Amino acid sequence: MRDTRYARIMVLKTEPFILNIGPVHPSTHGVFRMRTTLDGEVVVDVEPVFGYLHRGIEKLAEERTYTGVIPLTDRLDYVASMSNNLAYCLAVEKLAGISVPERAEYLRVILAELQRIASHLIAVGAFLNDCGAFFTPFLYMFREREKIVDLFEMVSGQRLLYNYMRIGGFNQDVPDEFLPALDKLLAQMPRFIEEYERLLKENEILLARAKGVGILPKEVAINISASGPVLRASGVKWDIRKKDPYSIYDRFDFDIPTGEVGDCYDRYRVRVEEMRQSLRIINQARRQLPAGEVKSEVPHLVRPPAGEAYAHIEAPKGELGFHLVSDNSIAPYRCHIRAPSLLNLTALRDMAIGWKVADLIIIFGSIDIVMGEIDR
Amino acid sequence: MTVALSGKEIATKIEERFPGSVVKSSPDSLVVKSEFLLDVATFLKTTPDLDFDYLTAITAIDYYDRFEVVYQLTSIKHNHSLMVKTHCYGRDNLSLPSVVGLWRGADFQEREIYDLMGISFDGHPNMKRIVLWEGFEGHPLRKDYGT
Amino acid sequence: MEVAREHIYSDADLDRVEGNQIEALKAHSQQPFPDPDEWLDEKLERNILLITVDAALNWARRSSLWPAICFPACCAFELIAANASRFDLSRFGMEILRASPRQADLMITAGTLTWKMAPQVRRIYDQMAEPKWVIAMGACAISGGIFTSSYSVVPGYNRIIPIDVYVPGCPPRPEALIYGIRMLHSKIARRSLGTEAK
Repeated sequence: MRDTRYARIMVLKTEPFILNIGPVHPSTHGVFRMRTTLDGEVVVDVEPVFGYLHRGIEKLAEERTYTGVIPLTDRLDYVASMSNNLAYCLAVEKLAGISVPERAEYLRVILAELQRIASHLIAVGAFLNDCGAFFTPFLYMFREREKIVDLFEMVSGQRLLYNYMRIGGFNQDVPDEFLPALDKLLAQMPRFIEEYERLLKENEILLARAKGVGILPKEVAINISASGPVLRASGVKWDIRKKDPYSIYDRFDFDIPTGEVGDCYDRYRVRVEEMRQSLRIINQARRQLPAGEVKSEVPHLVRPPAGEAYAHIEAPKGELGFHLVSDNSIAPYRCHIRAPSLLNLTALRDMAIGWKVADLIIIFGSIDIVMGEIDR
Repeated sequence: MTVALSGKEIATKIEERFPGSVVKSSPDSLVVKSEFLLDVATFLKTTPDLDFDYLTAITAIDYYDRFEVVYQLTSIKHNHSLMVKTHCYGRDNLSLPSVVGLWRGADFQEREIYDLMGISFDGHPNMKRIVLWEGFEGHPLRKDYGT
Repeated sequence: MEVAREHIYSDADLDRVEGNQIEALKAHSQQPFPDPDEWLDEKLERNILLITVDAALNWARRSSLWPAICFPACCAFELIAANASRFDLSRFGMEILRASPRQADLMITAGTLTWKMAPQVRRIYDQMAEPKWVIAMGACAISGGIFTSSYSVVPGYNRIIPIDVYVPGCPPRPEALIYGIRMLHSKIARRSLGTEAK
């Protein structure tokens, strides 16, 4: 009896099966879904399925005035609203030929870089969360993020979706208590980053889980239009702040951190390094911050001449671009958003194939996506 | 600084290679015929001094009488960029050649254009709706949607 | 590691079935659910026989509300911020976010709901064990908010599931969310086994 049963097991064939992960799953960072094909525990194929947060922002933008679109851009990458505002305002300013006062340019840089630190804090915290350090690193990161959020709340009155930048500058100057609070944060922040580094840089579990996992070769990274930390971790020195300086980034001295092999650990390292570089930029901008106006003369209803413009910035997740088409009315004729998370996600399949399901979660976490931006 | 290449200069280079392929050109963009799109894209990607190895973005715009599909190309090697456009006439059964074979970054963006604008891309390995569900009626980003 | 690299895309039938489910739910959900009205039902709650049992049971229930994970959009970060060190939601016995809806009794709907997502939210709600409560967090959860005119957005979670407490804001501050949770506590405190039985 026993013999025949064994014999039957011996001839059993294995075949790939489909495992659905998401859209509601603690490690999918929102409402993302992966249809994975597995061979045992090994990932054979991943098909990203999204659209669970598709709110039609591009269509809604066509029904609003140019200034009225700014609140919509807040809700794209909702952990980096300031960067979205900046990209959109730059696009409209390019389209309409509006210049921005010096002080506003410096404040924009300060706020955008603070936002980069806040976004990377979440990215790193969530990545470590995915590695299995459940919620503890997240609490550390949120402790510091709250300090940055306090600064943003000072200037805009909001904690998450700031809606602070305007076409041609800002709607109002920063309050008097902002700059002392910023100085205090700048003094504290390096110590905090050191603290994470002490905890995590040489952490054996992190090294074992992330080093060499999910390698994205340089050529593939360029071919799939990756950008931001994902591209730089693969060893491509491409940062729009340096390569195509917008606003006043050409006046600051900073480095572009890059990785060597392009694994999950490199992506994590690049983000931590970028936080340090952002602090350098903020320090310089803070020292040089001039007095003066924060908004140039812009009509209430902006009416750019007919034409089109593409403006892009280096957002925390990568290249964020706005392609605006104007028909000389008060609303954009077409507003296309080049979302960095969407294109970085193309890399998921390349990186994940051949790894175990547990690694898939880490690889996915290391891309750092936000669904609001992918689905729009 | 990323140099935006003049559409006019590139247009003459393309015309030399593929006569009759360029519809019009201006300092910031050039429009190619849709049947030459794949040839021109291959040319732009592989010619040594152009080297457009990075596809920044694809956009489609509905102008009622035509759809305009815009390709933003960048060369990471030489740090220059170019805007290539192509036109698509009519309202139904529109199709363009897919550039997924050249730049895989086009994968999700072409699917998104199919979903929201209704232009399908021939040669795309997985041409189906991406952000909306199967069975959704119409293509919302078209100007005549919902009227 | 040698693995076949050919495309194994899912078949179109599966997509069609999923699309049909969404359309069916959309057709069914054109009217909002009425809000649960036991809050207003004063008469039955003055049930003298059950009052001490009620008090003990409700105290136990409201002191350890475990939220299920349902974080579609922006509000999720305010919910996580409320959970994190500064606002410290664990003061109310609800620091544990449950990934499995079967272990949760509270759903905090943090974010915009689209029709594509609606069947999943309905399923999570159905899987939660009774008694269960829902807090609609933020403008999108209440009415669709800034996106209410969009072609793909559900104008409020109450089309899909009944809502107990609405917390306005876009997004609500963590303090507002905690106030909403306190409101829910007082709502639970007014529950009675007498009303549950009917």
